[in-house]
Amino acid sequence: MMTPLHAVIAKELRGYFVSPIVYVVGAVFLLIFGLLSYLYVGFAGAQAIQLMQMQGGMAQINLNDLVFRNLFASMRIVLVIILPILTMRLFAEERKLRTFEFLMTSPIRINEIVIGKFVSVFVIYLGLVGLTILVPTVLMLFSDFDWNPIWTGYLGMALLGALFLSVGLFASAITENQIVAAFVSFGMLLTIWLIAGLGSLFGDTTSGRIISYVSYMEHYERLVRGLIDTGDLVYFGSGLALMLFLTHRVVESTRWK
Amino acid sequence: MSKIHRQARGCSCEGGTAPFSAVVRIDVRFVIDVQNITKRYGHHTAIDHVTFSVAKGEVLAFLGPNGAGKTTTMRILTCFMPATEGTARVAGFDCTEQPLDVKRQIGYLPETPPVYQELTVTEYLTFAGRLRGITGPKLSSALDQSIGRLELGSVRRRLIGNLSRGYRQRVGLAQALLHDPPVLILDEPTVGLDPKQIIEIRELIKSLAGSHSVILSTHILPEATAVCQRVVIINKGRIVAEDTPEQLSARLRQSEKVSITLKTIPADCGTKLRAIPGILNVLPGQAGGSFLIECELGRDLRDEIARVAVSNHWGLLELRTVSMTLEDVFLQLTRHEDHLSDPAEATVSMAAAERTDA
Repeated sequence: MMTPLHAVIAKELRGYFVSPIVYVVGAVFLLIFGLLSYLYVGFAGAQAIQLMQMQGGMAQINLNDLVFRNLFASMRIVLVIILPILTMRLFAEERKLRTFEFLMTSPIRINEIVIGKFVSVFVIYLGLVGLTILVPTVLMLFSDFDWNPIWTGYLGMALLGALFLSVGLFASAITENQIVAAFVSFGMLLTIWLIAGLGSLFGDTTSGRIISYVSYMEHYERLVRGLIDTGDLVYFGSGLALMLFLTHRVVESTRWK
Repeated sequence: MSKIHRQARGCSCEGGTAPFSAVVRIDVRFVIDVQNITKRYGHHTAIDHVTFSVAKGEVLAFLGPNGAGKTTTMRILTCFMPATEGTARVAGFDCTEQPLDVKRQIGYLPETPPVYQELTVTEYLTFAGRLRGITGPKLSSALDQSIGRLELGSVRRRLIGNLSRGYRQRVGLAQALLHDPPVLILDEPTVGLDPKQIIEIRELIKSLAGSHSVILSTHILPEATAVCQRVVIINKGRIVAEDTPEQLSARLRQSEKVSITLKTIPADCGTKLRAIPGILNVLPGQAGGSFLIECELGRDLRDEIARVAVSNHWGLLELRTVSMTLEDVFLQLTRHEDHLSDPAEATVSMAAAERTDA
């Protein structure tokens, strides 16, 4: 059964594959992921050789610590830069091309539009992230490592990505200019990032902990280290819900202008 | 002017036969019922206490210069934006309180055809159908029907982004007709079409009359005359007149006018014509040998004029009545609104309109 929500998702996915954005963003994302993996594996290799020279015999290196933790940690900045590009068109383009009026006069609820658009871009993102599993799969052929922190790292990437995409969706709803939308979401994500720095400035005090909690940094950090904490899941869940709610409000308010 | 306005408001229930229709305000016969809606953007008032209604199966034209408030009114009816004041009801549903129900009743073509350039015609119409909850075999038959109606068969697999303006407009119309809604709201439906297509679309709209209630906005006056049973003239956010196209022109006509063209122009023809009882004035026309004769209202003096011309051997080449076109009515009403303080201006504009007509 094809509901209006499914229709929106299908149409958005179709729109993504026709436009060059997905291909360009996807190519850059995969290229950087591959390059970073290569670099970290290279560093790990160099370290292993050093260890061998010092200790003699085979050195046991930990790929989880040396490669994957660094890799996932580095992906944060990549996501901050490229995900706004993926989300910028979602509402801005509709408003620019006046299809927004068509959408708003169709018998579909605003939350269905918002969720449909979010789900479609999230599916695209998960597809891209899914392709990167090739890297640990190839490394598995040459070395032994623990898959569990890798899975939590991927969970972290999925949750962080969902949060970033919802911020991007919100930014896209407030303007009809795609460049502005991309820049606003980039600015918001960077600001939330820097809040972590502000939190560490306060140190281990109550206010410091509260400020740090607002930033996604520590929550993502724990998942990358292999820790699944309910508090972190709640953080990502509520952040996502808040951004989708704000998007709904913004879209609703455009009717009053 | 104000008299016409008042009459126009009164005639909103003119089509009815039931004597109590004037008493019961929310009337089931009216598919669209708009009561005193006002829309303000900050200090700017886009529409000001607009009241009108559309009966089932009626085609109503919204006529007005650019920026008169046509699009705003349509956007309120389609629940795209709420009115600042007043109520609008479509098929018995309130536009502010039951927007989803209203939207299901309406097929809407906005000013700019709302098409996704990255989709093909079929994909776009499929999307439009699914948004309205049409699925499966019902959707494919609706798709075929509206593609057939608007002759989009040859482009159905092409990307909308590669289509010309006329095709996009027709795709937009196909979208509005897809779910066969009881109410159609078309904002300038024939913009961007070539003359042949314009005629086809007008025929299409005419064929919808009776089973569908249609509101269309236009600033092309012959269009309103061609397809609509009733015309609402709107200027600066206010309704200035509302009636059938014929009634409107009749109401504003102050005298019968006859245009004659003569082969020879005798000096005494003016006096001889004025001698006919009932003739008020004789004005020289644009071309040499043509005259515009004003006669008393309700009298057809063509017979007498012809007799005088023939018996004096003036060489009668042409004799015809001049009726005021909707264009004249429109210009007169909208100009009059602008120069309420200066009635002379309106008379001048009326004379100007006649001159172009003659």
